[in-house]
Amino acid sequence: MMEWSPIILTFKLALITTLILFVISIPLANWLAFTKSRIKPIIETLVSMPLVLPPTVLGFYLLIAFSPSNGLGRWLDEVFGLRLVFSFGGLVFASVIYSLPFMVQPIQAGLSNLPTSFREAAYTLGKSHRTTLMRVLLPNIKPALLTGVVLSFAHTIGEFGVVLMIGGNIPDKTRVASIAIYDEVEAMNYGMANAYSLFLFVVTFAILLIVYSANKSSVA
Amino acid sequence: MLLDVRAGIELGEIVALYGTSGAGKTSTLRMLAGLMPPDSGHIQIGSETWFDSDKKINFAPQQRSISYMFQDYALFPNMTVRANLEFAQEKNIDNKRIDELIEAMQLGDLQHQFPTKLSGGQQQRVALARTLVRRADLLLLDEPLSALDQATRQHLQDYLSEIHRLYKPTIILVSHDIGEVFRLAHRVLMMKNGQVVRVGSPLKVFAEGNEKLKGRVIEVDEESGFVAVLIGNQVFRKQIVGQFLIGQEVTLNDFNVEIK
Repeated sequence: MMEWSPIILTFKLALITTLILFVISIPLANWLAFTKSRIKPIIETLVSMPLVLPPTVLGFYLLIAFSPSNGLGRWLDEVFGLRLVFSFGGLVFASVIYSLPFMVQPIQAGLSNLPTSFREAAYTLGKSHRTTLMRVLLPNIKPALLTGVVLSFAHTIGEFGVVLMIGGNIPDKTRVASIAIYDEVEAMNYGMANAYSLFLFVVTFAILLIVYSANKSSVA
Repeated sequence: MLLDVRAGIELGEIVALYGTSGAGKTSTLRMLAGLMPPDSGHIQIGSETWFDSDKKINFAPQQRSISYMFQDYALFPNMTVRANLEFAQEKNIDNKRIDELIEAMQLGDLQHQFPTKLSGGQQQRVALARTLVRRADLLLLDEPLSALDQATRQHLQDYLSEIHRLYKPTIILVSHDIGEVFRLAHRVLMMKNGQVVRVGSPLKVFAEGNEKLKGRVIEVDEESGFVAVLIGNQVFRKQIVGQFLIGQEVTLNDFNVEIK
């Protein structure tokens, strides 16, 4: 019998990760799109690192950093009572970092492709940077926002290496679907592995299809 | 290119920036608006200093009492025509003011449309209306009427004159249309390669130098002695002694009279 908890955990993780990413990526992408700061290339590189690094590298360093026996991990534990290794919170944190480029890059591209005069016109009409972003810029890059949300969500669902490194395989806490599939295959339960896989395949296909159809009709 | 503009403008004056593309007209407007900081110099409006490179003063566009009409209109595609105008208002929406502008710009039927559905000329009228929503001290208009047909253009020239008569804003406009410059501007700054090469009344600026104001005679009434001359795309009539033929090209010196 297929357990639902890895599936539910997967979508919960993807949903929370996507929400957090959406909130932090908008100011970050806005800054990257328009800044003239000299540290921009450094920040851009850091944001893009998860694209090229093996997930295990990221997971490994996060594991080291958040381990309660090390400085940062101990500090988090003592001050906030926060344990990020082998916990759902740690999974969310790692997922946010791991999927960051998938949210930031589309939004940044969307913003920098808008005509400069949109921003300038809003400024000359006396509008603050914040009002300009919220009422002029973001409403005009809806497809880019949607792309960011879909890619981040999908990417988090497909995550394996980072999750395994920092979360391990604890049922109901960190055992997401991709880990469960690996686990079942290891245990030679191909039927179960297939059940999880098929479910993920169908659901993600359906989500992407709905989103792209909706996006197409809104653009047309 | 080095842009070096030294000019004083009277408060409440209408000044036209005239010159070939790349002369620095738009850059001048952008510097006044705070969208492009000059390398050095200062910009002073009345008693207020908006920019001073020595004292490191540089007001943001939001701090300057300006209204800027962009050459590409910069209408917001996510807002209807009316919403674009409402967005330009400071805090409270003054429907009367917006209705008045919509009527003056002949946008009544289009006010609930989105800008991307409009023609170039219609978009230009929306952009001008949006610029006029704010009662700014300084109006910066980058080719405000260039995409309009002749009748609408004249109508809006009159409207701009009317606005100016009522509220006395200082207006700096870029125009390539000599007729329009004559109709609207008190003074012309003729620009070339980033410098102001000539300043003065339209008549003075266009009558002097190499760029003589050229027109074409389109009507001669021999009995009354009136000659109609098309300059740019405006018609001027003047009673003149002399022989003129229809189709003849004349310069302002031939005319030798004040047209305005």
